[in-house]
Amino acid sequence: MAQEITGKDGVKRYLITLNVNGDAHSVLVKGNAILTNVLREQLDLTGTKKGCELGDCGSCTVLLDGRPVDSCLVLAVEADGREITTIEGVAANGRLDAIQESMINHAAVQCGYCTPGMVLSAKALLTRNPNPSEQEVREAISGNLCRCTGYVHIVEAVMATAQGRVTPDDH
Amino acid sequence: MSDNHKVIGRSVPRIDGPEKVTGAAKYTGDLKFPNMLYGKILTSPHAHARIVSIDTSEAERLPGVKAVITHKDVPALKYGLSPARWDESIFCSDKVRFVGDKVAAVACLDEDTCYKALKLIKVEYEVLPAVLDFLHAMDEGQPQVHEEYARNINTEIHQEFGDVEKALAEAHHVRTDTFVGQRTYQSPIEPHSAISMWDKEKLTIYSSTQSPHYFQHYIAREFDMPMGDVRIIKPYLGGGFGGKLEPTGLEFAGAVLAKLTGRPVRTFYDRAEMFAHNRGRHAQYMEITTGVDKNGKILAAKANFIMDGGAYTSLGIASAYYAGALLPLTYEFDNYQFDMFRVYTNLPACGAQRGHGAPQPKYAFESHLDNVAADLGIDPMDIRIINARRPNTVTPNDFRVNSCKIKECLERVRVMSGWDEKKKNLPLGRGIGVATGSFVTGAGYPIYRTDLPHAAAFIKVCEDGTAATLYTGSVDIGQGSDTVLCQMAAEAMGYRYEQMKIVAADTEITPLDFGAYASRQTYMSGAAVKQAGEEVKRQVLEMASAMLGLPADDLECADGRIFSKSRDGKSLSFEEVARKHFVLRGPLLGRGSYTPPKLGGNFKGAAVGTSPAYSFGAQVGEVAIDEETGEISVVGIWDVHDCGKVINPRLLHGQVHGALYMGMGEAVWEEVIFDDKGRIKNPELANYRLLTAVDMPPITSEVVDSYEPTGPWGVKEVGEGATNPTLGMFSNAIFDAMGVRVNSLPLSYEKVWRALKEKREREEYARRQASARREEAQLETGAATLYANPI
Repeated sequence: MAQEITGKDGVKRYLITLNVNGDAHSVLVKGNAILTNVLREQLDLTGTKKGCELGDCGSCTVLLDGRPVDSCLVLAVEADGREITTIEGVAANGRLDAIQESMINHAAVQCGYCTPGMVLSAKALLTRNPNPSEQEVREAISGNLCRCTGYVHIVEAVMATAQGRVTPDDH
Repeated sequence: MSDNHKVIGRSVPRIDGPEKVTGAAKYTGDLKFPNMLYGKILTSPHAHARIVSIDTSEAERLPGVKAVITHKDVPALKYGLSPARWDESIFCSDKVRFVGDKVAAVACLDEDTCYKALKLIKVEYEVLPAVLDFLHAMDEGQPQVHEEYARNINTEIHQEFGDVEKALAEAHHVRTDTFVGQRTYQSPIEPHSAISMWDKEKLTIYSSTQSPHYFQHYIAREFDMPMGDVRIIKPYLGGGFGGKLEPTGLEFAGAVLAKLTGRPVRTFYDRAEMFAHNRGRHAQYMEITTGVDKNGKILAAKANFIMDGGAYTSLGIASAYYAGALLPLTYEFDNYQFDMFRVYTNLPACGAQRGHGAPQPKYAFESHLDNVAADLGIDPMDIRIINARRPNTVTPNDFRVNSCKIKECLERVRVMSGWDEKKKNLPLGRGIGVATGSFVTGAGYPIYRTDLPHAAAFIKVCEDGTAATLYTGSVDIGQGSDTVLCQMAAEAMGYRYEQMKIVAADTEITPLDFGAYASRQTYMSGAAVKQAGEEVKRQVLEMASAMLGLPADDLECADGRIFSKSRDGKSLSFEEVARKHFVLRGPLLGRGSYTPPKLGGNFKGAAVGTSPAYSFGAQVGEVAIDEETGEISVVGIWDVHDCGKVINPRLLHGQVHGALYMGMGEAVWEEVIFDDKGRIKNPELANYRLLTAVDMPPITSEVVDSYEPTGPWGVKEVGEGATNPTLGMFSNAIFDAMGVRVNSLPLSYEKVWRALKEKREREEYARRQASARREEAQLETGAATLYANPI
C-alpha cells in the first residue's frame, strides 16, 4: 500500500513507485491523478500524447505489464509498482525497433500524434501474436484513432514487420 | 518530359520520421517553460444571452489564481477573415452568441486550479431566444444574432455566367434535386494549444497553427504591435485539416494573460472545446438544377444554396464562395448560376475543413448527375466522360485550367474497379458508384489583403558542404511538406536529400509563407524552394568552373557531384566546392519567392477559387447493404488522381487515403448533433464516430501520368481534392445497390433503412393499387359478362 501524505493544502497524496522503461521513479500523486498526466508533467515523458482524456483516441497508450492500456483511464496509484513501457522505451540504445523503422519506411506516419500509441499497440500485438492476419492487426489498433492515414500504410507497416520486411518494395 | 531526377519522384522516408516514432517530437502542448502558468477560457452555457454582469472577485481570491480577465482587459477591436465582416471579439462584452462563446479567462499555477477558478466567476445572463435552425434563420421574426446583419444574412452571393434560363429552355431534359448536408469537424487528434510569453515589448507564441504568418498578422493588428515584435512558432503539429488555420481565443487570451502575469502561459482546448471552437464544416442546403441534351451533355447548371454559418464569419465567407466556385471544374458547361446565403445561427461558427466548402456541393451535384443519368438511361460513368473537362479550357466563372486529365482518371478507374462487369452483374443489395472531384492548387489571392509574395525560402549550405538547411515559413501539419520541400531543394541544388535539414514555420527565423491551407505548399512553397535551390546550384557551378577551369555552362551538378557535361574526367564533390565557395566568396546561400500571376475574372467574388492549377480525380466505391438493417459495408474504393508530377509517391498516396478516410466518415458516419438549447450532444471522438482501422475497406490509389506546365517540375495539389468525390460516390453506390436515394448527409444506416422501408411501402401501395384496379376490372368484366349472359 502506497504511503499517504496530507499536505498543508489538506489534500491527501500518495507516494508511489512507477517503473517506467526500466527506471524506478518515486512520485507523489493525488488520488485522482491519471497516469497520462503523471508521465507527462512529472516525468517529462511527453511522447505519451493526450487527445481526448476519455479513452476514445488511444494516443495516450502505454504498456502496463506488457498490455496496451489508455493511460488516461488508469489512475497513477493503480500503476504503483507495475511495469510501464512508454514510447520512449521502445527504441533501445538509439536503435529503432523494427516496427518503428517499418512505420517510417511505409510512410505510416503523418502528423505523428497517434504514432506513439499506434507503435505500442502494434508492438504488443506482435509480441503476443508474431504472425497476425490483417484483420487481427486492424483489431489490435482499433483503439488508436488516426485522422491522417486512413490506416492503409499503418496496417501495411505492421503486416510487413511481422513478415520481417521493414522496407517496402517501392522504397 | 525527360525524367532523370535524382531526388524527386522517390518515396524517401519522412525527414521527421525518427522523432515521431520515438516520441521525441515535441508538439505545442508538450512544451514547458520555467515559471509557466496554465490558462483556461470561461465559455457561455447559453446559445444566445445578454451579459448582465460579470463578477470575478471570488475567482481572483482563490489561491493559485494569478490573473482573471474579461472584455475589460483586452482590446475591443473585432477580428475575422474579411474586413467587411470583422464580427468576433476576444471576449464577449454585450452578449454571447453560442454555447461556448468566450467570456473570460484565468491563468493559474496548475490546471486543477483553473477549473476551480472558472466555477467561481459569476456571470449573470439574460437568456434570449436563439436561432438554431439555419433553414429558418432568414424568416421574419427570428431573433437577430448580430444586430448589424438583417435577417441573419452574413453573406449573400448571386452570380450568373452565360444565359442559364435560355439554355434550360432549350434543354432536352431539366431536373432539380435538393440535398442537405450536415455539420462535421476536422477533429485532428492533437487538440489546439498555445504558449504565450513576453520579453519586454516582444510577444512570442508557440501555437498549433497551420499558418504562423496569418497569426502574426492578426495578433499584431489586434494588439497594435509591429509585426516584427510578434513571433509565432509552430512546433510539431498533430493534424489541422483547416481547423487550426485562424487565430483563436487561446492565442489572444494567452497573450493578455502572459502580459499581465509576466509569465509564460499555456492555454489549451480539451476535446469537447475542440468541437465548439474548431470551426467545422458548414451544413448546407443545396438545390441543383441542370439541363442536358439527349446525350446527357450538361447545357446549364443552377446551384441554389444556404449554409449554416454559426455565430461568426470566421473563414466562412470564403467557404460560401468556394461552395459554388468549384462546381464547374470537373465538367464543361457554359451557363452557370450560383446563389448562396450564408446565415448566422446561435451555433458554433463554421470555417474551413479539408476541401473547403466544396465536398457537400459536390455530393449534391454528383448525386443529381446520377439521377439525370438514370432518367436518360445513360451509364453514370459515361455521362461523366461525356461531360469531362478538357485541358486548356476556361470555366464559366473564369478559372483557367491548364493540365486536366479527368477523362483519363475516369477511364482508368473504370478498368481498375471492374466497373462494366460489376454494373451488369452485381445483385440487389450490392452497388457501385462513381464521382469526380477537383481542387485548387493554392489560392490565387492571399488570405488577407497584401501585396507580399505567397511563399519564400532560403537555403544555407553548411560551411564544409556536408549539410544544407532549408528555411521556409511553410507548415508541415502532417502532410509531409518538410520532406517534400527538402526533396525539391536537393533536386534543385543537385544535392542529396539525406543531407538536408529544415527549419520551418517560425516567423522570426524563416521567410514568409502563408502556410498550410488551400493545398498550396508543394506548388507555391515548392516554387520558392526550387528558385532558392537553383541559386545555390548556380553559385556552386561558378565556383566549380573556376576550380576545374571549365566553363560553368558545361558543368552539371547532381546527387552531390559536379561533372562536365561534355567530357569524362575530373569531377568534384559538392562538399569541396561548397567549402571553397565559403572560403573565397563567403556564405553559400540561395533565396527564392513566389507570387501567383493575376488570375480570375472581374465579377464580385471572382478571386475565390482562382488558382494557378487544379487537381482532378475520380473515385469508384462498391458497397453492400443489409436490407433488414440498412447497414452499409464498404467492399472497396478505387481512386485515380491527376495531381501533376509526384514528388514523393508514398506520401502522396497517404494524402489520398487520408482524404478518402475523412470523406468516407462524412459520407456515412460523422455528424455533430445539437440539442434544443444549442448544446453539442456528442462532443467526443467515439460518439462523433471517427472511423477505426476495422471500419476501413481496401483502398486502391493510383495516379495518371500528368504534368502541370506552370508548376515547379509540373506539380499540382492532392491533399484536399481527394475528399471531394467521396460523399457523392457513396450516395451513388447506395443508389445503385438499392434504387433509393438518401437526400441528406450522413447517409446513415437509419436513413438507408428508412428509405428502403418507404420504397417497400410505395411498392406495396402500388401493388395494392394495381391489384385493386385488376379486381375492379375483373368485377366490371364479370358484371358485363353477367349482364350480357344472364344466368
